Amino acid sequence: MELDLSTTRPSSFKKFIVSVTSSLTPIAINKIHSWEIRVKTPDGRPVNDATITINGGMPMHQHGMPTAPRVTKNLGQGRYLLEGMKFSMTGWWELIVQIDAGSFQDNVTFNLMLR
Amino acid sequence: MGRIVFNLAFAATLFLWDVGTAPAKQTWSAEEVRILRSLWIGNLPRLSKDPSNAVGSNPKAAKLGHRLFFDKRFSGNGTIACATCHQPDRRFTDGIPVAKGMGKTTRNSPTIIGTAHSPWFFWDGRTDSQWSQALKPMEARDEQGGARTGYAKIVFTDPSYRKAYEEIFGVMADVSDSERFPPQAAPIDGTASLKAWKDMSAADRKTITGIFVNIGKAIAAYERLIMPGPSRFDEYVDALLKSDNTPGKQILTDAEIAGLRLFINSGKCIQCHNGPLLTNNDFHNTGLPIENKTPKDEGRMQGARAVRNNEFNCLGRYSDAGNKECAELEFIKLEGPDLLGAFKTPTLRNVGLTAPYMHDGQFSTLDEVLSHYNQAPDAPIGITDIVPLTFTPEQLDQLRRFLLTLDSPVNVALEFLSPPNVSASP
Repeated sequence: MELDLSTTRPSSFKKFIVSVTSSLTPIAINKIHSWEIRVKTPDGRPVNDATITINGGMPMHQHGMPTAPRVTKNLGQGRYLLEGMKFSMTGWWELIVQIDAGSFQDNVTFNLMLR
Repeated sequence: MGRIVFNLAFAATLFLWDVGTAPAKQTWSAEEVRILRSLWIGNLPRLSKDPSNAVGSNPKAAKLGHRLFFDKRFSGNGTIACATCHQPDRRFTDGIPVAKGMGKTTRNSPTIIGTAHSPWFFWDGRTDSQWSQALKPMEARDEQGGARTGYAKIVFTDPSYRKAYEEIFGVMADVSDSERFPPQAAPIDGTASLKAWKDMSAADRKTITGIFVNIGKAIAAYERLIMPGPSRFDEYVDALLKSDNTPGKQILTDAEIAGLRLFINSGKCIQCHNGPLLTNNDFHNTGLPIENKTPKDEGRMQGARAVRNNEFNCLGRYSDAGNKECAELEFIKLEGPDLLGAFKTPTLRNVGLTAPYMHDGQFSTLDEVLSHYNQAPDAPIGITDIVPLTFTPEQLDQLRRFLLTLDSPVNVALEFLSPPNVSASP
């Protein structure tokens, strides 16, 4: 089965629609950089004051991410600045975004294939 | 349909490359050429400045650092210098399993070549700059084993050192008074130097530590110059890129090329040994045997916490970096089972000239290293992140032969590879 590499996905329980965008295109390995996360409700309204935590790693390996990235700024309109992102290998990575918007909590996993 | 079109295009590409005089074994796919270019020394980026070291690119600091690097007076017994363990004629290693200074350490001396590109230093990454790395052995009991007051006094009392120092860092405080500045005072737990250090005034301690830090920054300015030169592997890739995938002469043997194929393809060596320095500078548990260590060496698990708490880190008061210039430290990973028993991926450049191998010098030969990767035993601490290569003896030999093509001269002015002529120094 082919990996779903889409960068906009509904969260596991369909509470949110989440998009992620890297500031580095294409994503280079071994380089620390930032991403932007966008969170919307299923009907398209921005989710403004969410608490977002990040996890991830390589499913085919015994390791997570080499850094501890975190959201450092709420950019408004459901946009969040994620800093400290880094990948140390090519291959399949997962980026797990956990969203807590008070009344709703949910998570979404993105697949990345780095060359 | 999309897949069929892709396959046709791919076949056509291979066909074009197979037309010509090069032996079939030397042809590479477009993806392989992209990977080879990524490992090629021509892909090494220009060295960016170290924001934590304002004199890192200062030639005068490099000259002073060159002298400090070789000067055995910067040790507790006057017999050990940085160059004792980082010997230029051994590609800045020492040829023994674990470093020996004033005593026997627990870790293998890694090379200095190309390390200016790394965000972390030591096998566990317990410092985050070349200058803060250089300071650790100077006061470590089993390494240079001296004290920062003594080092500051050497620089102050030697006219040529003092002149060079002041040209870079400004007027030096007078540290000659041995009542205020005892020759053996340093904040090192479990040593006699500690009491002497505590007896000093806070202002005098700050003065001494400032000089000590500047000594480290000058050594780092020297170390930043030490880069790898092109290897036979680089010559091969260079020819490949210039001649549309058909190197005109046999730069590498068939066995070496076969080893290179294993290295970038089924061996998956480039997962960690990537980029032009053949390291991702990250930390991995590769299930290495433990050499009678008590307690067990936790590697990065301890190193990550140590660098976060190191007063000489990028965010510390002695760093020249702004708060936004320390991203690696700001986003350091401090927790996770993958940190346990993880050690820094070493460069593979000059690997044939820098035995023994691994953080404890566990393996004396490349054959032993490759045998370990071929079997990938369970880790004695934490969880290993490697799987068995299961290569045949012939494949392992090819891989070893390829690794030896990564040996190269050091790319630095010749004068920096031997002790400076002190009488000619300013």
